[in-house]
Amino acid sequence: MAVAEVQASPQAAQQTTWHGIVLQSLKRNDISLVPYVPDRVLTTLIQNLHADPFFTTFPAAREEEAVGIVSGAWMGGRRAAVLMQTSGFATLANVLASLVVPSQIPLIMFVSERGTLGEFNYGQSLVCRTMRPVLDSLAMEHHTCTRLDEFEFIVDRSIKQALTTQAPVALILSPLLTGGKTFDK
Amino acid sequence: MNSTPARNTKVMNRFDLTSRLIAKLKHEEAVVGGIGNTNFDLWAAGHRPQNFYMLGSMGLAFPIALGVALAQPNRRVFALEGDGSLLMQLGSLSTIATLAPKNLTMIVMDNGVYQITGAQPTPASSVADLVAIAIASGLGNSTWAADEEDFERLIDQSMSTAGPTLIGVRIDDKPGVGTTRRDPVQIRERFMHGLGVREPL
Ligand SMILES: Cc1ncc(C[n+]2csc(CCOP(=O)(O)OP(=O)(O)O)c2C)c(N)n1
Repeated sequence: MAVAEVQASPQAAQQTTWHGIVLQSLKRNDISLVPYVPDRVLTTLIQNLHADPFFTTFPAAREEEAVGIVSGAWMGGRRAAVLMQTSGFATLANVLASLVVPSQIPLIMFVSERGTLGEFNYGQSLVCRTMRPVLDSLAMEHHTCTRLDEFEFIVDRSIKQALTTQAPVALILSPLLTGGKTFDK
Repeated sequence: MNSTPARNTKVMNRFDLTSRLIAKLKHEEAVVGGIGNTNFDLWAAGHRPQNFYMLGSMGLAFPIALGVALAQPNRRVFALEGDGSLLMQLGSLSTIATLAPKNLTMIVMDNGVYQITGAQPTPASSVADLVAIAIASGLGNSTWAADEEDFERLIDQSMSTAGPTLIGVRIDDKPGVGTTRRDPVQIRERFMHGLGVREPL
């Protein structure tokens, strides 16, 4: 579905694909610093962020490091967000519980969801199951994004809520939204 | 640059060095103190609104300082980190080398042990050279301070260098001399006031 729509003009693609919506919503909310640890599903988004001079986007060696960077940036007055995969989120319990939540830092995370809806690696599916219990144990806001038609609403509102309430948010990008990774290669 | 082995550098003291650093700061420079002793001594050296004290998140002093440096390129940012803590985030040295912020000075307090948890030796203590690791990670401007005077010289030099600086200091096994008030929201809020990001209510 989303794939067919990418074929339109680059402008239209920005609006009608999930990754176009992420990029435009970040920009609209003045979020210019975007460190990531990649996931295959995030490839196009990462490429487009690199291609857009508005963004400072770069790989970090660990997701925890990226969370430290964006926390420092926000305290210094620059808005930022982190991109990662489910397994990256699984490394974050310590930094969320000992820095982000107690310091009231509006950490904005986009998590590409591996481990469900056609996962072929048993370990990935187990890692995925640790994510929501960790988020819930810290009473963190999170949304599982499955539909393109409501995606912009969720992303834009969630960013604004994180910033105004000074609370972190995780936007989980379901394979229903992104197509996910398939077992053909 | 790293031809002086760590063992030939003088063994100094964390609180003394932190105090020497703070005494030099005249332009509201930001200082990020790592977990435990590193921020205890930063606190003891005299609270400043531009200080951020890390109460957890072991290893993130340099990444947090990098974020501050990227947000405020015209402000000098210092980060103080323990050797054990740095071992948790060696990858961040490459990230910092790639982004190469001009305004970041990193100080590694190397006592060879996890002092605060009972002074157990780190896995690196008898085999690794953290400054050599930093250089190999792309931070060419990384040096062991030979003594206190050299430390002060390296701090001064870092303020006018065109890229990030890392200074390694060998320190004794003394604990920090103060105890940071563990109030994360106030610490974060005061820091943001200190950086001019927002006004007090
Ligand atoms: C992820 C994690 N592992 C372990 C600990 C426990 N811990 C707290 S401080 C510390 C030692 C810090 O060592 P170092 O950075 O060398 O500083 P020093 O205590 O020697 O001053 C440890 C192991 C922790 N807080 N977080």
